[in-house]
Amino acid sequence: MTIVLGLESSCDDTAAAIVRLGDGGAEILSSVVYGQTALHADFGGVVPEIAARAHAEKIDLCVEEALTKAGLGLGAMDAIAVTSGPGLIGGVLSGVMCAKGLGAGAGLPVIGVNHLAGHALTPRLTDGLRFPYLMLLVSGGHCQFLIVEGPDRFRRLGGTIDDAPGEAFDKTAKLLGLPQPGGPAVEGEARLGDPARFAFPRPLLDREGCDMSFSGLKTALLRARDAVVAEKGGLTVQDRRDLCAGFQAAVADVLTEKSRRALARYRGAGAEEPAFAVAGGVAANTALRARLEGLCADTGIRFVAPPLALCTDNAAMIAWAGIEKLRAGAVDPADLVARPRWPLDRAQPALLGSGKKGAKA
Amino acid sequence: MTRAETPILETTFVLPSPMATDTLAERIAEVLEPGDTILIDGPIGAGKSHFCRAAIRHLLDRDGRQENIPSPTFTLVQTYETGAGEVWHSDLYRLTDVSQVLELGLEEAFSSAIVLVEWPDRLGALAPRDALRISLTPTEEAEARRVTLSASGARWRKLAGILKGLATEPHLD
Repeated sequence: MTIVLGLESSCDDTAAAIVRLGDGGAEILSSVVYGQTALHADFGGVVPEIAARAHAEKIDLCVEEALTKAGLGLGAMDAIAVTSGPGLIGGVLSGVMCAKGLGAGAGLPVIGVNHLAGHALTPRLTDGLRFPYLMLLVSGGHCQFLIVEGPDRFRRLGGTIDDAPGEAFDKTAKLLGLPQPGGPAVEGEARLGDPARFAFPRPLLDREGCDMSFSGLKTALLRARDAVVAEKGGLTVQDRRDLCAGFQAAVADVLTEKSRRALARYRGAGAEEPAFAVAGGVAANTALRARLEGLCADTGIRFVAPPLALCTDNAAMIAWAGIEKLRAGAVDPADLVARPRWPLDRAQPALLGSGKKGAKA
Repeated sequence: MTRAETPILETTFVLPSPMATDTLAERIAEVLEPGDTILIDGPIGAGKSHFCRAAIRHLLDRDGRQENIPSPTFTLVQTYETGAGEVWHSDLYRLTDVSQVLELGLEEAFSSAIVLVEWPDRLGALAPRDALRISLTPTEEAEARRVTLSASGARWRKLAGILKGLATEPHLD
């Protein structure tokens, strides 16, 4: 049996969790997330918790609450896992310093975990997926396809060359006067709209491979909105619904087609139990989820989407990634160095922008 | 005070295409050095990130390097090591308070790094007075942008001549 305390403070939230791996499988004994709850609907975004001090003030309380909820003391832990990157360096450092302090005090090993590895390994915590599986990580700040080959082995097939879809949803909501966060607001409107009324582009669909681009969609949306306003002097409720439906259909089309290509490449990886897992806040979009589920049903591949609370930032995934590293004997002290940039797959060339230099190179 | 109030550059013209924006960004990037700050404003979709990516890509290309240049909207800051010095690409869209700018370490970066700032209105009084200001606005033409460059401060004398041909030629490559 292995019990690990996980800490996460690399982005907006501060979180602590305790995960146990026993004979019966993995179990989350507690998972505490301190937001970052102040949603500024009038401002157009979630206010970030950027202050290292704010993370530092909260993380001790998070750990205490996670231990209390699990009914365990630090002495019951086998190790402490902490996000050591990528992310805002102040936040990351707060977590790493706290973990090192606790580790020194309780005589526990401290494991540095890549935040993105935490997301990518979550389907093993929730659904026990076997390596290798295909992963689409799609959130406000990320969008990439990965073949997860092992606790420390990730092969990147492609990703966004500019904005992530979550950002595009937020900005669409902002442009149409809808509340934040934009994902649920745009989805709600889109349900009542006609996706065919406005012709939005499907960026990079004509280009081979799994790279994506979402930045141009917001410009297209802006143009379509302004054209309607110029024509009628304003937007009707139905105009807004149609714009949302058209935008969401474009995002879903791109993600579905690129997923199809990623699945085709993944089939060559020789998985015994092939599976496609989707994680990140945008995976909560039911229209998108239905499309991806349909795609998997067509191709006979298992579709997995962990519950939303484990798709967005949390510490249970960090504790779990720590357990994976312990089991694989892959604990490296160098991973404890806090770093703002830390790509999961260092072997793949960088994504190229759409500018002329990129196209030539 | 007086030094910062000396206008070096004040011009408005139309960039007919994204390629023209790339060219402008590359030419400006070519002369950047630590201590230079560029404040880029304009509405959503005006091409602020496009401009920043082109400038950063040029600096990385010069070193023969390829790196992802992700959107900093969620991470607030992305940093890059380049031959010209450290580059900070920041997007202050999500900030609400000037104190958060201090927490990000931007004020220190203004003197030690090349800093590109999107949504610079959030900087308030912390905006360096000798920054190069770039305003991008959409035009009637879908692909074209109107750009205003304004700089005061002797450090931007190095921009002399870089705008040659940009305003008139539709395609520069």
